[in-house]
Amino acid sequence: MAETLLEIRNLHKSFEGVSVLKDVSLSIAQGEVVVIIGPSGCGKSTLLRCINGLEAVDSGEILLRGERISGQKKALHLVRQRIGMVFQSYDLFPHMDVMANLLLGPIKALGKSRREVAEEAERFLVRVGLQDKAHAMPGQLSGGQKQRVALVRAMLMHPEMLLLDEITAALDPEMVREVLNVVLDLARDGVTMAIVTHEMRFAEAVADRVVFLEGGDIVEQAPPEKFFHQPETERAQQFLDTFDYKKS
Amino acid sequence: MDWDFIHRFTPMYVEAAGLTLSIGLMGIGLSLLVGFGCCMARYFRVPVLRQIAKAYIELARNTPLLVQLFFLYFGLPKVGIRLSAEACAITGLTFLGGAYMAEAMRSGIEAVEKSQHESGACLGLTRWQVLQYIVFPQAFATAVPAICANVIFLIKETSVFSAVALADLMYVAKDLIGMYYKTDEALLMLVAAYLVILLPVSLLFTLLERRMHHAGSGSVRPAEGT
Ligand SMILES: Nc1ncnc2c1ncn2[C@@H]1O[C@H](COP(=O)(O)OP(=O)(O)OP(=O)(O)O)[C@@H](O)[C@H]1O
Ligand SMILES: [Mg+2]
Repeated sequence: MAETLLEIRNLHKSFEGVSVLKDVSLSIAQGEVVVIIGPSGCGKSTLLRCINGLEAVDSGEILLRGERISGQKKALHLVRQRIGMVFQSYDLFPHMDVMANLLLGPIKALGKSRREVAEEAERFLVRVGLQDKAHAMPGQLSGGQKQRVALVRAMLMHPEMLLLDEITAALDPEMVREVLNVVLDLARDGVTMAIVTHEMRFAEAVADRVVFLEGGDIVEQAPPEKFFHQPETERAQQFLDTFDYKKS
Repeated sequence: MDWDFIHRFTPMYVEAAGLTLSIGLMGIGLSLLVGFGCCMARYFRVPVLRQIAKAYIELARNTPLLVQLFFLYFGLPKVGIRLSAEACAITGLTFLGGAYMAEAMRSGIEAVEKSQHESGACLGLTRWQVLQYIVFPQAFATAVPAICANVIFLIKETSVFSAVALADLMYVAKDLIGMYYKTDEALLMLVAAYLVILLPVSLLFTLLERRMHHAGSGSVRPAEGT
């Protein structure tokens, strides 16, 4: 087993007295791809948001390479430089062209020179098939193109891990594949990822491990071939049935 | 219409217009600073300062400028603080304008979606960097119409300064009417003077707003990225 990259211990989180995450413990190894699935409102987004400090945890702790990153405010931006995150709604900066979107983090947060990142950014754009869009404004791109830019933007920070929260949920079906292919490509490169998705086929293809979350608890976790075909718990089976997931 | 009269007193109006404009601009510049300060105190939830900013904004927006000026000009000397008429006017204008500018800026910042702040934060930028590179440019596009309206409002409000014996446009007009009973001419020149000041400003703002509108809708490329 590879070195543990991220460790979540006994995480609790509630909103206005309603408990959303109840004693969640999870560790993710270097290079591992963990897919988190579960019904709507079960706390998937909240879990990812706690990891990079967008939500403060109530109790429990989160360690990145053994170093505690939860429960502190001051150096959050330093933590976030090490953990990339991409959301469902892409959230490109609408007043900047694609290249400016890509360069902002590396230049302003990491203090790199424009020259060295611009070259890398261009190589990345080629890799995701957007070489001719470097100077397009976000408003001129399709959803799938925007999301690929958002992925490149996160990757240019060279994060130690990537958090992806339903990044294809807002896309038209024909654009889902082009985005998921980029993620599969990153996974092959050994990028550590925690992925929340409702695309079950993609989950099975990309995951090293599936974590099934329900009601703020991890109900079951297993390798994808086991989880999707012989889930241990009744609840996981019911959840998969609602997805009409065909065993293939 | 007595054109000789108009001709004779035009220089007085020009001088007064200069005073109106310079006090107006000074007040507007300081208003922008005060407004920005208040807006940031509230945004960063700076303890104490943020409550002071909120109280100040409510007070300034809910009392007439004339009352504020009377307080500065007649009230402060009673407690031993003596301001010149100019200082009074600038202070009064800033007091009023700062509050309006703070609100204009706040509404601009609030119009920027929360997800924009968050995706900036996710890139490891500090809160200030997120504001600087992501929020301000977008907030500015939204706030420009309100800020421009405030600028015009503040230039107009300088007319109230005549109340504290400042030789601005309004004061000159009242003076001439008092001395020569040339009401029509004096008022005509007054209106003309304000138009000469405000029309170019207004035109400029219309152009600016149009530009911002295009930039906001993404049809114009920013000069050089970050
Ligand atoms: N900022 C917040 N304030 C109050 N309640 C919140 C907040 N964020 C999330 N919640 C609540 O916490 C619960 C879990 O939300 P979360 O977004 O983590 O669910 P999810 O598993 O990501 O759902 P979905 O699949 O619909 O995205 C929900 O009941 C939600 O209403
Ligand atoms: Mg969610």
